Amino acid sequence: MGVKKGIYFGTAFSLLVFTMILSISAGAVKIPLQEILNVFLGGGSETSRTIILNLRFPRAIESAIVGMGLSVVGTFFQGLLRNPMADPYVLGVSSGAAFGATIAIILGLGIFGLSFMAFITSLMTVFFVYTISKTGTRVSMTTMLLAGIAISAFMSAIISLMMLLNHDEFSQIVFWTMGGFSLINWNHVAYSTPVILIGSFVMYVFSRDVNAILTGEEVAEHLGVNTELVKKIILITGSLVTATAVSVGGIIGFVGLIVPHISRLIVGPDNRILVPFSAISGAIFLTFADLLARIILKPMEIPIGIITAAFGGPFFLYLLIKSKQKSEGM
Amino acid sequence: MAILQVDKLHFSYGEREVLRGIDFTINKNMVIGIIGANGSGKTTLLKNISGYLTSTYGNVFVLGKNIKDFTIKEKAKYIGYVPQDIVYDFEFSCYDVVMMGRIPYLKRFQSEKKEDRDIVRECMEITNTWQFKDKSIKELSGGERQRVYIARALAQKARILLMDEPVSHLDIKYQVEILSLVKDLSLKGILVIIVLHDINLASQFCDEIFIMKEGKIIASGSPGNVLTLNNIKSAFSIDVEVFENPITHTPYVIPSLNGKEQLKVV
Repeated sequence: MGVKKGIYFGTAFSLLVFTMILSISAGAVKIPLQEILNVFLGGGSETSRTIILNLRFPRAIESAIVGMGLSVVGTFFQGLLRNPMADPYVLGVSSGAAFGATIAIILGLGIFGLSFMAFITSLMTVFFVYTISKTGTRVSMTTMLLAGIAISAFMSAIISLMMLLNHDEFSQIVFWTMGGFSLINWNHVAYSTPVILIGSFVMYVFSRDVNAILTGEEVAEHLGVNTELVKKIILITGSLVTATAVSVGGIIGFVGLIVPHISRLIVGPDNRILVPFSAISGAIFLTFADLLARIILKPMEIPIGIITAAFGGPFFLYLLIKSKQKSEGM
Repeated sequence: MAILQVDKLHFSYGEREVLRGIDFTINKNMVIGIIGANGSGKTTLLKNISGYLTSTYGNVFVLGKNIKDFTIKEKAKYIGYVPQDIVYDFEFSCYDVVMMGRIPYLKRFQSEKKEDRDIVRECMEITNTWQFKDKSIKELSGGERQRVYIARALAQKARILLMDEPVSHLDIKYQVEILSLVKDLSLKGILVIIVLHDINLASQFCDEIFIMKEGKIIASGSPGNVLTLNNIKSAFSIDVEVFENPITHTPYVIPSLNGKEQLKVV
């Protein structure tokens, strides 16, 4: 790894730490840096201890972990599907999760019932899409994309219908589908962190193979890559990571789409470097978005999906225009 | 031991039989051109030789070993594959692309060693692509990109190089450049099997030509023996005139426009 890349990673990591501290400090009640330090060293006032240790710290960790997971999956799915439009939700994870969450909300299953339902239905959806796309031992990526779109449309229709028939839960469902971390506690962190970290690492192991797959599946196989195996492992692990992320944070759009692209513009397409960089950038992006979601209309909290799309969209457009100018200038 | 032996090879896509009994043995390094009409099974034959597709009947032996007994990684150490020009959406540098040729030799957590870097450099110098090493593969012209792909196949240290219409999208200068390079490689100890659309380029550059028709090889041998009026008429269903190329003394084929206008031969 070159000096330049060392600087990128150093900067990104420092920025992550800074964002986490900022996220813990800012909010309805502002907590100064000195007090944060006191709390982490075992001191501080009772109020600050409660706010930091029970609310903001788990929340900062969860948003970072979810941002990381979604960005890593997005990076791999874009590579695997060789499609710049791909994100962690292309295989129907999001619509599957929304379906489960809607049922859970209507039945009044509570916060953990909701997470559990969202997790199960999203995996069922992906499994369905995957089974459809399989012919013999090979998986057709194009069929997979199309099947994902079709099932998403179908699920959305069912969800809309359920929402119409259950007026009272309408806003709760909408709020959930736009994502957010307002209900996060340590239990969420405890189950989602290991799944997302281990899942991301499992995918990272196949970075070099996915580099080769980027140049064509058939070509990759002729380079000695077991393409079908790599595809299966990444699709399954990626869906598991996404389902976990969605079950704790709702359907947070845009992160898994733009963070990989932004990272690619900075460090290039080699997944061995791109994936860890994307992971850190995603963590920064989502922690910061969560911070904005909490303070922008203080004391009201807005869904994080609004922030990621409202700020991520224009920023991404700016980068697209900039990179277009760069390539025109050559 | 034969470098490559194809024995009673049959292959079907579902119900449709694409290869219908292919037999040949190759004992020395050379350039073999495969020609034939669209759908005659040329590409399918290449993919069966490389082991990407598995034959429904019959076998392929590489240096005496059945291709079905190779692991995917082992196959990549013996057989290199150069596809038709592919344009990337992602900007790998040419150096990174050629380094991918070392994948069969690297363990999962192993990073490239000096040996790999030396091999990559050597392969890029042979193919005259070292000057592009830091350039994005997207920025190259079609002919330059093909040379990078060839360098990558060389980095695999492959014994057999399979090329599927590698020059079809290139202008004449690049076509000649690529085929001359391929010819040099065969002299350095590589067996090259190349699918070509241009009969005259095949005639000029290949040591032997296989003509395929409906899943079978209907003629094989030196261009002079194979590129006859009857063989070409049978394979492509057109009438042609065959002349002698005054420089290489190999056959030179042009379509005759019989019934419409006689060709004037000067």
